[in-house]
Amino acid sequence: MADLSSTFIGIKSPNPFWLASAPPTDKKYNVERAFAQGWGGVVWKTLGEDPEIVNVNGPRYGAVHGPDRRLLGFTNIELITDRPLSVNLREIKEVKRAWPDRAMIVSLMVPCEEANWSAILSRVEDTEADGVELNFGCPHGMSERGMGSAVGQVPEYIEMVARWCKQHTRMPVIVKLTPNIADIRFPARAAHKGGADAVSLINTVSSIISVDLDAMAPEPMIDGKGSHGGYCGPAVRPIALNMVADIACDPATKGLPISGIGGITTWRDAAEFMALGAGNVQVCTAVMTYGFKIIAEMVEGLEAWMDEKGYSTIDDFVGLAVPNVTDWQHLNLNYVTKARIDQDLCIQCGRCHIVCEDTAHQAITHTINGERRFEVIDEECVGCNLCVCVCPVLDCITMETIRGIDPRTKQPINPDYGNWTTHPNNPMAVKDAAR
Amino acid sequence: MDKQNSRPGIAAGQLAPEAYVENFSELHPPLSRHEAFVEADRCYFCFDAPCTTACPTSIDIALFIRQIATDNVKGAAGTILGQNIMGGMCARVCPVETLCEQACVRQAGEGKPVKIGLLQRHATDYLMASGPTGGRPLFERAAPSGKHVAIIGAGPAGLACAHWLAMRGHDITIFEAREKPGGLNEYGIAAYKTLDNFAQREVEFILSIGGIAIEYGKALGRAVDLAGLRASHDAVFLGLGLAGVNALGLEGENLAGSTDAVGWIAVLRQTADLADLPVGRRVVVIGGGMTAIDAAVQSKLLGAREVTIVYRRGPEQMKASGYEQDVARTRGVTIRHWARPVRLIENDAGHLCGVEFEHTRNDNGILVGTGETFVLAADMAFKAIGQTFDPATLNGSGEAMKLEGGRIAVDEERRTGLARVWAGGDCIAGGKDLTVTAVEDGKVAAESIHRALSP
Repeated sequence: MADLSSTFIGIKSPNPFWLASAPPTDKKYNVERAFAQGWGGVVWKTLGEDPEIVNVNGPRYGAVHGPDRRLLGFTNIELITDRPLSVNLREIKEVKRAWPDRAMIVSLMVPCEEANWSAILSRVEDTEADGVELNFGCPHGMSERGMGSAVGQVPEYIEMVARWCKQHTRMPVIVKLTPNIADIRFPARAAHKGGADAVSLINTVSSIISVDLDAMAPEPMIDGKGSHGGYCGPAVRPIALNMVADIACDPATKGLPISGIGGITTWRDAAEFMALGAGNVQVCTAVMTYGFKIIAEMVEGLEAWMDEKGYSTIDDFVGLAVPNVTDWQHLNLNYVTKARIDQDLCIQCGRCHIVCEDTAHQAITHTINGERRFEVIDEECVGCNLCVCVCPVLDCITMETIRGIDPRTKQPINPDYGNWTTHPNNPMAVKDAAR
Repeated sequence: MDKQNSRPGIAAGQLAPEAYVENFSELHPPLSRHEAFVEADRCYFCFDAPCTTACPTSIDIALFIRQIATDNVKGAAGTILGQNIMGGMCARVCPVETLCEQACVRQAGEGKPVKIGLLQRHATDYLMASGPTGGRPLFERAAPSGKHVAIIGAGPAGLACAHWLAMRGHDITIFEAREKPGGLNEYGIAAYKTLDNFAQREVEFILSIGGIAIEYGKALGRAVDLAGLRASHDAVFLGLGLAGVNALGLEGENLAGSTDAVGWIAVLRQTADLADLPVGRRVVVIGGGMTAIDAAVQSKLLGAREVTIVYRRGPEQMKASGYEQDVARTRGVTIRHWARPVRLIENDAGHLCGVEFEHTRNDNGILVGTGETFVLAADMAFKAIGQTFDPATLNGSGEAMKLEGGRIAVDEERRTGLARVWAGGDCIAGGKDLTVTAVEDGKVAAESIHRALSP
């Protein structure tokens, strides 16, 4: 039976599922409910200095919905905790005492001065929390005051504050990164140089979720006006996965532990982050959509998958996908696939045909012998996978690797590996292809 | 010449061979993988889900549907079977239209509940097909406790009780009067709801936990008696079911052609080739519950020309749900309400040839006859007016074993009036006579027995 127990930068939890610092981790009431359901740890909603900030008194959230109003993307203009610091610190201590086996991390955001960081760290140490997470990510509200992503977008600041924190506390220090940056490797390297024990990413993506066309203002709307917010949820998962992979693959941050955040909703999402190098994961939008109970599906599902694959502990599979992340120029150009449509599963909607016909390579029929029938034309198919993406029936269309003559080019497929770096069309081609 | 025209009365083999296969094919075909994903996607994952509240065994439905949606079908099966070890059979026979699917918020929302029954079947079928291997088993037996429990009846209540207790390390002996286990799952449920010998396969799965022995042909009151079992075992659970059927008490009741529906369905379920089973050309079914529906529908599927159910009150009072009444009608069964039988009519050959009915009406809550009668021609009449519990098998311990409305009275832990004797399923008072409630009885009783045996 698979063992989900996790040790992340020396911090133990019964499973690798933490809650990210956000409304679900604002109060003792919420956190204890989460622990009662089985969450392995929490990062307490970001603490700041007194006097506490204030939030708007109207809508703070907005959503992008899919069919059936399924929540696909979520935005917030909520700030860090709006409760007094002493209340939070007291509750953190009480909860940690009551739930000693669960991870308790405290997220922090204070002005960019060493004295401010040193002061708050010593108060957090008194709570007996397991570690701190430095919030350099909020793209709204705090960034306009020189905190949050205002720090996260400047690698030098990240390194400086991380170093201060490491000097002023013995608690493990996680640096939370903002995705609102051109190349995530620079902030990650900076955190690493500053001595951070780990990085967590992603925070939210700067966004405007929608526009109210009657009021002519962005939503969520406060008295007829709107502000940019932080986007999260399933919609941002690919952005997060990519940034986790960037850091895991970067030689400069090799071995730096990563806590994965970004639209994790099911066990499979968590496993994908971990396969790309995240030692554990943090969840927020999914619990704000369904409640804490979803942990049951995540834990049971991850265990069942690990059993099926023969992984006894999470260390057995963390990072296994990292060696398979490469640059485009190193992808094998002699690997040829064609789409195949399973006529038994096909429900004849024709979407594959029309998207291929209108927007791709005109490689799918719509009529054969006078009957409505959708089949791939190998002579035209480039193997782009668009039909697979739009087909409503899972596994109805699959990609088959072909060998021999490619019907499209009429040329034999080179059985050896070959990439762009040696391609004759490449003006910068080299003699031997490095993988 | 048309076979049906040339053969009067009751006969076997009225249809072409292929027709039997087609007629008795699945009432509800199982979901394909694609259909399961689409259907699972419709679940809203409600808080304190009303479907779970409506389920007599409290299956965590929202969770198992979410597990199907994330392609963890085996996990879904575990979630189901952990609460209801007969989740597979229940998925086929439970009146979901009056339980979970009626409670589903999507019924309230747009009149289209999530297909919980079919999703449950999808998950449990997957598990049964994948066999006991494939990673860890779903259920593991605890170390032997040294305690022995006797169970009477290898029906749903007895088997559920046995599995739960066996998991906790107790040793179980089930005494079953018939030659096969399963109770009504094997002998009573309509054939088109349980194809491929499912009832037996499910029993095998349940027994695979170990620690459960079944002795067949051992009826209470004959081969074993209650006093003896109480002496030789640490606890006794009674899952006796309902052995008797209500009689009509009318002239002509014992004519050839007048049959007890429960007994006939049991024969049908054990008939290997349905072409061998005789059925009337014109069939009348007296009664209004599931047995009446099942007897009527299966008669029609066997080739009967006219099948009429006659019930003494109206559609809302029938124990069979509106959905089941519709199933019967779409299969060509006529349902007539507000009429009760007066006598069964004999022809010159001493055989049943018709049933006389009197119209009824509701007179301030009392059912009265209107005096107006009619006759339905019939060569076969089924009595389906209720099953009864036979207390004689309890060997005179009936005094301490309190009865209530003719069935065994139990408290909320399913304890009877007799010390160390529990009971559940159709034989107890106040139940709904469903497979799922029998399973819950077995589970609750097992928890109580386990507490009693573990000081």
